[in-house]
Amino acid sequence: MKFRRFAILVRQTSAWRGWPLAVAVVVLAVFPHVGGDFYVDLVLTTMILSIFALSLELLVGRTGLVSFGHAAFFGIAAYATALLSPSGAAPSHAWLLPAGVATAALAAAVIGAFCLRARGVYFIMVTLAFAQMTYFVFHDTKLAGGSDGLYLNVKPALTLDGITIVDLRNPRTFYYATLVLLVLVYAVLAAIGRSRFGHALAGIRANEQRMRAAGFSTYGYKLAAFTLAGALAGIAGFLHAVKDGFVSPEILAWHQSGAVLLMLILGGIGTLRGAVLGAFAFVLMKELFQSEALFGAFAKHWQLPLGLAVIACVALMPNGIVALPTQLRRFRAPLLNAG
Amino acid sequence: MPAEILLESIDLSRRFGGLLAVDRASLTLARGEVHALIGTNGAGKSTLVNVLSGEIAASGGKVRLSGCDVTRWTQPRRARAGLGRSYQRTTIFAHASVFENCRLAAQAHFQRAYDLWSDATRCSDATRAAEQAIAQANLSAQARRVAGTLSHGQKRQLEIAMCLATGPSVLLLDEPLAGMGPEETDRMLLLLEALKPGHAVLLVEHDMDAVFRIADRITVMVSGRVIATGEPAAIRGNADVQSAYLGEIGDDMPQAAGIG
Amino acid sequence: MDFAVFLVQCLNAVQYGLLLFLVASGLTLIFGILGVINLAHGSFYMIGAYLAYALAPLAAAHSGGGFPAALAIGVVLSIVFGYVLEWVFVSYLYEREHLQQVLMTYGLILVFEELRSIALGDDVHGVAVPEWLAGSVPLGGVMTYPVYRLFMSGVCLLVALALYAVIARTRVGMAIRAGATNREMAQALGVDIRLLYRIVFAAGVALAVFAGMLAAPVTSVYPGMGNQVLIVSFVVVVIGGIGSIRGALLASLLVGFVDTFGNVLVPQIAGVLVYVLMAAILLWRPEGLFRTG
Repeated sequence: MKFRRFAILVRQTSAWRGWPLAVAVVVLAVFPHVGGDFYVDLVLTTMILSIFALSLELLVGRTGLVSFGHAAFFGIAAYATALLSPSGAAPSHAWLLPAGVATAALAAAVIGAFCLRARGVYFIMVTLAFAQMTYFVFHDTKLAGGSDGLYLNVKPALTLDGITIVDLRNPRTFYYATLVLLVLVYAVLAAIGRSRFGHALAGIRANEQRMRAAGFSTYGYKLAAFTLAGALAGIAGFLHAVKDGFVSPEILAWHQSGAVLLMLILGGIGTLRGAVLGAFAFVLMKELFQSEALFGAFAKHWQLPLGLAVIACVALMPNGIVALPTQLRRFRAPLLNAG
Repeated sequence: MPAEILLESIDLSRRFGGLLAVDRASLTLARGEVHALIGTNGAGKSTLVNVLSGEIAASGGKVRLSGCDVTRWTQPRRARAGLGRSYQRTTIFAHASVFENCRLAAQAHFQRAYDLWSDATRCSDATRAAEQAIAQANLSAQARRVAGTLSHGQKRQLEIAMCLATGPSVLLLDEPLAGMGPEETDRMLLLLEALKPGHAVLLVEHDMDAVFRIADRITVMVSGRVIATGEPAAIRGNADVQSAYLGEIGDDMPQAAGIG
Repeated sequence: MDFAVFLVQCLNAVQYGLLLFLVASGLTLIFGILGVINLAHGSFYMIGAYLAYALAPLAAAHSGGGFPAALAIGVVLSIVFGYVLEWVFVSYLYEREHLQQVLMTYGLILVFEELRSIALGDDVHGVAVPEWLAGSVPLGGVMTYPVYRLFMSGVCLLVALALYAVIARTRVGMAIRAGATNREMAQALGVDIRLLYRIVFAAGVALAVFAGMLAAPVTSVYPGMGNQVLIVSFVVVVIGGIGSIRGALLASLLVGFVDTFGNVLVPQIAGVLVYVLMAAILLWRPEGLFRTG
């Protein structure tokens, strides 16, 4: 009797769809203890990029708004973090993180209000244009160090009554803080996906006209999604600023916006795990092509194989890595039938 | 007892550059009636419906919903106030089930605007409204089927169900019978007949047989202008209407005996 | 600002605007007719400039006829290149959604940049203005204006007129306009859509390459020049309306004036002015000044 119940429990647990995610989190948590410094740093960068990609997934995957200017909010938060951090003692990230995120959210609300007046292809172009505008603001003006960039004065720590709870100056602590934030952002987006708001966004992506006819004020929903996506990108921006203690205008360049879109399509549009997978795949590809060990002197032309890989991936795997199993099954099926 | 007028257009006009697509069209829709809007191709029927629903702005004139001037209101706002609309080309969500389609439509009416937390499947108001709409549209048996797998006629029924899910008082139906065979047409007409008591229905249609079977009143449009409004018998006998249709669909005009 | 300076800036604005028009018209045609959003369009401009640099020795060797010859060679090469590129790559983009088009053409930018880097390096180069265009014209009492810039404006204007003539008056133009509004209808009328698209794409490429070759002596030749012009071209297309040549012309001139006078009057924020203009137009006409279809 007990054995039967035990067997059922085992079957139910192994059927739990959260296993791959749980395993991934555990692997990431354990990694700093087994990996070399270079690789731990790489994984850290990728986790930050994963948060960035997840934020865009809300916009592109769920709401169907292809933004080619998302780097603007990443960069604005990073710069806000650098500009607002005081020169003296370690600032508490109890307020610095929200401040960075709030700045990004505000920028997203304003820019979104303009961009969302455009539809379809126009939308893609204007998001690109506005992002380029923010790039100019930070690159050409002396507002924040110009093209040289800006240093963060002191890295933040979470203090409460003078007692340091989480000191981000410690690389280990920073790694785990990033992991926690990644899991949090993922969980929040998953919850939003199940919510009424999330369903409304999915409806807008499927057929905006029908949603309007039913009574949804779609502009408001889109703007809310845009702002939320900007705010979440701000979390990634904050982490980026704190990680190296330095920000440069290149993080606002449109290549960043292109890269994050690429991550989404690599992993698979429409899924959260696709965004994270895509971020890891992109970083891996880039590291591969930049590796002098593999390509020697040609490694400095890494953008060539990357460009070709981009074209190949989008052409052959338009639904991304997450859809590979289904795609492969479809290839095999006719072979099986023929044989 | 005079019928309650739910939707009114007063001298409504819509201009596209040099073209006057709708020219001072006035009509009323009362509760409990099916009011058919017919006319030759390019007469401006679809444009008029688009202006009434709020998808495009009027160039002149007024629209009143239950006495309230909604001319400047956006489409979503009118929809929330009780103006439902179905489309000529089916606009259902093909990947979701029939039930999910209707529940999402009902959400517009029942949820708080930006509810980021509540699970979508737990809104009992929307669920109830969706089930009711599905029952009214005679789709209860198909409620769990994926919308894309329905037959054409069933898809058109779903289109109407989504309209009903928001609890409208006025229904603007754009060619709901398009592409339907005789059996499906009969079913749809029964549906429309059943909808009459609580709603005001404006029906744009080309199927003259169906129109004369179901309509309580008919408005005829030619080149953007309303040339006649009245009961089916009067319209049939109207000289202007006959001359406008002569050679167009004159042969389709049902004869006086035996129909309606 | 005295009158002579004002006139010089006006001429600069017109010259910049007309050059921009060449690039933007290609972009808007490719999008309006082929339905493809082509991020690599700026790369064609860059290729044109580097081509001018590569052909400079040839141009110098045959003084007088060398420069026009180089331009002609560039145009022919770019038409062939555009034709082949459409056949081999772009034609696979028609059925795809915007995001895929954006990313695939983005990959193309990376490929072109690196190929150029491998072939011609990453240095900044100057291209000499041909001798017979090298002088200056007196303006007012004190100022002079470079003949070459006037030449540029003149050539661009001629191209604009030729474009108008082809689209409005010829059968090819009619096919283009038909193809823009209704693909199936045009096909049913016997227009070979595949060939038409190939021609339009090749023409768009040629326009951008030609603009790059023409601009090289003035802007000099540097790696990032393609990206710069691409984004401004996007702004022009958004302001002017996708698919509208008239809109592209008007918007290009508008951008030319805003940018030129912005750089003179308020240099600190000049880079941002064009985007402010775009934002303002967006508020008023979200689909551009002259949208088609």
